Amino acid sequence: MNKTREVLLDVRNLRVEFKGKSREPFVAVNDVSFQIYRGETFGLVGESGSGKTTIGRAIVRINETAGGEIYFKGRQINGRIPKELDYEITQKIQMIFQDPMASLNERAKVDYIVSEGLYNTKAYKDESERKAKVEAALLAVGLLPEFASRFPHEFSGGQRQRIGVARAFVMQPEFIIADEPISSLDVSIRAQVLNLLADLQRLHGLTYMFIAHDLSVVRFITDRVAVINKGQIVELAETEELFANPLHPYTRSLLSAVPVPDPIEEKKKQVIAYDPSQHNYTVQKPLWTEVTPGHFVLGNADEVAEYSISRA
Amino acid sequence: MVQPILAAKDVTIKFSLRGRILTAIRGASLNLYAGQTLAIVGESGSGKSVFTKSFVGMLDSNGWVESGEIMFEGQDLAKFKHDKEWSAIRGCKIAMVFQDPMTALNPLRTIGLQIQEAVELHSDARGSVAKARTLELLRDVGIDDALHRYHQFPHEFSGGMRQRVVIAIAMACSPRILICDEPTTALDVTIQAQILGLIRTLQERYNLTVIYITHDLGVVANVATAVAVMYAGDIIEYGTSSEIFYNAQHPYTWALLSSLPQLGIKGQPLYSIKGTPPNLFAEIVGDAFAPRNPLALKIDFVERPPYFQVSPTHYARTWLLDPRAPKIDPPATIKHLREKFVGVRA
Repeated sequence: MNKTREVLLDVRNLRVEFKGKSREPFVAVNDVSFQIYRGETFGLVGESGSGKTTIGRAIVRINETAGGEIYFKGRQINGRIPKELDYEITQKIQMIFQDPMASLNERAKVDYIVSEGLYNTKAYKDESERKAKVEAALLAVGLLPEFASRFPHEFSGGQRQRIGVARAFVMQPEFIIADEPISSLDVSIRAQVLNLLADLQRLHGLTYMFIAHDLSVVRFITDRVAVINKGQIVELAETEELFANPLHPYTRSLLSAVPVPDPIEEKKKQVIAYDPSQHNYTVQKPLWTEVTPGHFVLGNADEVAEYSISRA
Repeated sequence: MVQPILAAKDVTIKFSLRGRILTAIRGASLNLYAGQTLAIVGESGSGKSVFTKSFVGMLDSNGWVESGEIMFEGQDLAKFKHDKEWSAIRGCKIAMVFQDPMTALNPLRTIGLQIQEAVELHSDARGSVAKARTLELLRDVGIDDALHRYHQFPHEFSGGMRQRVVIAIAMACSPRILICDEPTTALDVTIQAQILGLIRTLQERYNLTVIYITHDLGVVANVATAVAVMYAGDIIEYGTSSEIFYNAQHPYTWALLSSLPQLGIKGQPLYSIKGTPPNLFAEIVGDAFAPRNPLALKIDFVERPPYFQVSPTHYARTWLLDPRAPKIDPPATIKHLREKFVGVRA
């Protein structure tokens, strides 16, 4: 792997807890570390409840961190930070949400929805500049500027998700966290939104973190993928490497369950079940190990030795 | 010739919405054969749910079957008017599994009672007999410790387990046809694989005929023996699973397959279907897909294509199959898939 690439986001030993009624807090994210390079699309996949969205929310400071550090362009952004930095990362890191029906204020016009971030960070000099920014953002996502005066319900699902993208894009972010941006869309519209995200990345040098459970989409658009299970990243590698040589049993199980639109392949397929009790971590604790350059897996010494053999 | 278990012919379904008439299904025909697993695919609003709901009389109150017939066991379901007539069919001979297992179950009643309710409604079994049958159903759908689970509420079940309960309710009086409307869309992939496996096991054990409504072509490839592609209230292509995946004929099916990320080439834009589906309030002239079809012929805008037979099991509504039509090359993705088809037949 190219070591000279600039690290945009560096997450180290991140821990997020939720306090419930019981004394013991629930650990949603446990000791998670990864780096995202500038200009890449980083995939984070896992099942529901695995903590993938929580990681995204911790990065944008919605969820408090209980431990570990998050660095954005070399500066720590979790915990207590100066107000100026808070403003800056609010602008530089944006999110795109899953359901464009639920994530857009149905009582607000598109103009307001897209401008809300600008209002909050006062990132414009006067009204005409704000209008110009909104217009540019709408054009960039393939909508017409006159749509600004309409309400979300006047748009189709694909157009609505474009508004969601415009809302993030207007802030001129460097890093976008896309949380399942296409899973609630119709098949025919998914391609449009994926193409749009790819175009914006190419034209504006954006970096994406793509949170998804659909591995087929992840394979198509990401450069590197991390697989998360029960709040821990179990494997991380370049996308093609991960799909060609999955090492961790959980990754294998997940990959085996993905339906492919090919009846011959599907008939041959064997779904592998994942049983967490197959790991014996009582004596040897699992460690985050680099098996081949850029391919990391969570396992104890015996397991890693086994993985290395299967990889070779 | 094998007789179909259910035969829908030229079914037209209309809805009345604020004084305007919407034509949701425009003369769709479908034969369903015993033991078959049919997948109905199409984008939202194409009418796949409405069409199958008409088989169980579950159209919303502002909708009705305008014309056509739905023959099932010698009766024309399209003529049914009252719930009384339906009660012998719905949930009994033809059962349905819905998308979201959370909304399909009553959160205030134990799952045991909810399954037992279906058992008692459709059979003479009461009390301990009905309970025994309920426990048997729970075991059938792979829920361990049935006696304990019987007394639990839906919130004590995970998403996959809840969907098993919904399937148990559907199976309560041994239906002949099971309609699964997006049964796994709300579930994780690993759970999805389990549920699809469960439905397959039940299908084999009870000789069920299954209709899947889904937009996930991966699921279709996994489960379906036959596939019907719907667009704007009509079945525009029908064939066996390999015929649809490897030898699709209708430009809409081509577009649907080409837009899949799984078949795309990384780094290149995906094919995306331009425009929006047609307005179903207006009358549709010609091929409904023509305005969005870059390959459309002139006649596509004038006259609705009939079904052209490709093989005994494969037909499509597209003028491209007319002998007089110009030879049009399908997109690259489709050509690539066709090479596989040659392999399948060889």
